[in-house]
Amino acid sequence: MINIVYRLKSPKFFEESIDEIELEGVVVRPTYLSICQADQRYYQGSRPAEILDKKLPMALIHEGIGEVIFDSEGNFESGDKVVMIPNTPLEEDVCRANYSYKSKFRGSGFDGFTSDLIKLESDRVVKIPENFNLHVSAFIELITVAYQGIAKFEEISVTPKDVLGVWGDGNLGFITTLLLKEKFPKSKVIIFGKHQDNLDLFSFADEIYRIHDVPEGLVVDHGFECVGSSASQSAIDQMINLINPQGTINLFGVSEYPIPINTRFVLEKGLTLQGNSRSEREDFVGVVEMLSKNPKLFDYLEKLITNTCEINSLDDLKEAFDKDYISKFGKTILKWNK
Amino acid sequence: MIFAAILAGGIGSRMGGTDTPKQFLPLGDRPVIIHTIEKFVINNKIDKIIVLTPQNFINHTIHLIDEYIGDNTNVIVIEGGETRNDTLMNSINYIDENFGIDDDSIIITHDSVRPFVTHRIIEDNIEAAKKYGACDTVVPATDTIVESGDGIKISNIPVRSNYYQGQTPQSFNINKLSSLINSLTDDETNILTDACKIFTLKGEDVYLVGGEVTNIKITYPYDLKLANTILEDNHD
Repeated sequence: MINIVYRLKSPKFFEESIDEIELEGVVVRPTYLSICQADQRYYQGSRPAEILDKKLPMALIHEGIGEVIFDSEGNFESGDKVVMIPNTPLEEDVCRANYSYKSKFRGSGFDGFTSDLIKLESDRVVKIPENFNLHVSAFIELITVAYQGIAKFEEISVTPKDVLGVWGDGNLGFITTLLLKEKFPKSKVIIFGKHQDNLDLFSFADEIYRIHDVPEGLVVDHGFECVGSSASQSAIDQMINLINPQGTINLFGVSEYPIPINTRFVLEKGLTLQGNSRSEREDFVGVVEMLSKNPKLFDYLEKLITNTCEINSLDDLKEAFDKDYISKFGKTILKWNK
Repeated sequence: MIFAAILAGGIGSRMGGTDTPKQFLPLGDRPVIIHTIEKFVINNKIDKIIVLTPQNFINHTIHLIDEYIGDNTNVIVIEGGETRNDTLMNSINYIDENFGIDDDSIIITHDSVRPFVTHRIIEDNIEAAKKYGACDTVVPATDTIVESGDGIKISNIPVRSNYYQGQTPQSFNINKLSSLINSLTDDETNILTDACKIFTLKGEDVYLVGGEVTNIKITYPYDLKLANTILEDNHD
């Protein structure tokens, strides 16, 4: 069937394209989408030129929900609200599918969600309850990234989890801090950040420190880096200095540049560094379950929404990206009417 | 109930160089009309899809639907009429005889040669027809519109921002549409080739639904070539 896809042709320029989808699997009409910094890097043209040449034109956005309009296998009813999983495994691998080179990722290796319809395999959608906050649900994918990172941390950590430190007062730092409090209610969760305005929103954290104003003698058992870009260098350095021996450093922040790390202290303290990126079906199922059990999380997560934009045209989409770019904090939600 | 009428009655006099009506010519791996019907088949709000074709293409259309879409009792093929309004009336009469029409029944009428219609446009049509009784799918005019009464000199250049290009679907409350069609005089019937115009002539409101620049009508051989090129381009 013919489908219309709205692709980024070159930085800051979207165009309509015609695509074809097979009527096998699940066909979803996108309803609420959310802009991620990875989308913004394509839109602004801040990825290396050779990457842009290789990947564009491509539809952006990998965070979003929609409504099922067709399912050839009958697992879903028409009208079911679902969250879409952007990671798409092409074959089995020995590692988790979100780290496999045998997987494709929407809005990175192939088209994202900005289209009239989206065709997915049945296991790439997870039903969400009718009473979910749809604006927050638009960025469930981002929540799953923190969720899977925390699940992996649980598997590898061998020392106590009495004090957990999160570095970065942006969206992912907010979500990671919130999920750590949810998962380890007895642990003390400390947020380390740079922007007081943002830090004021972390009311659920046990302690809040600006990175230049950390009390003498403060230590953490494990650290979560949610900073990214070149600033992750100083964040990782502070984590290495404050962490107890055999702690884990869980890396989430994306940087376009190689980041130098003080390996001498990593060795001396016997630290474990674990990288985290993307997520898989079990993480989506887990997050939907967590939000169903504890709906008050929506109240906290709603604080992250700084812009909600109705998208009726490609100009609206452009405006939403521009608005998102100048926002220092928070998520831009797209009500997809295009 | 919600009905769709796929208008495939035309014999494509503007297509040239072929005896096959344009809606049956291939676009990518299947005929244009199949692409169009698929858009309505996957929308489960639509109860019945009535495809109206020239009499001698009814069996051909049934075979195409069997081949590409499979057994689907919601798709019905019947004969169209000589004019667009006749075709429309044929669909309304068929609906009346076979399913009945009540005050909530609506019909989404769509050109079979607009296969790029989106799910969003169809959904917006359903909503607007239910709410207002009549709607037309349009895009803002991009070229300056020039009016000339004699075809030699410009008589007027209207303000472009007030003008739109009409696409389809056009969707209506069926009772409202059929009573207006039945009230037309013979002279009116001859000049009223557009169902929305029937509404405006009779002082009834027709609401606008935003179309898409991609929702093109395949009228000329160039359009089909262009549409095929766009599809092939995507497969590269």
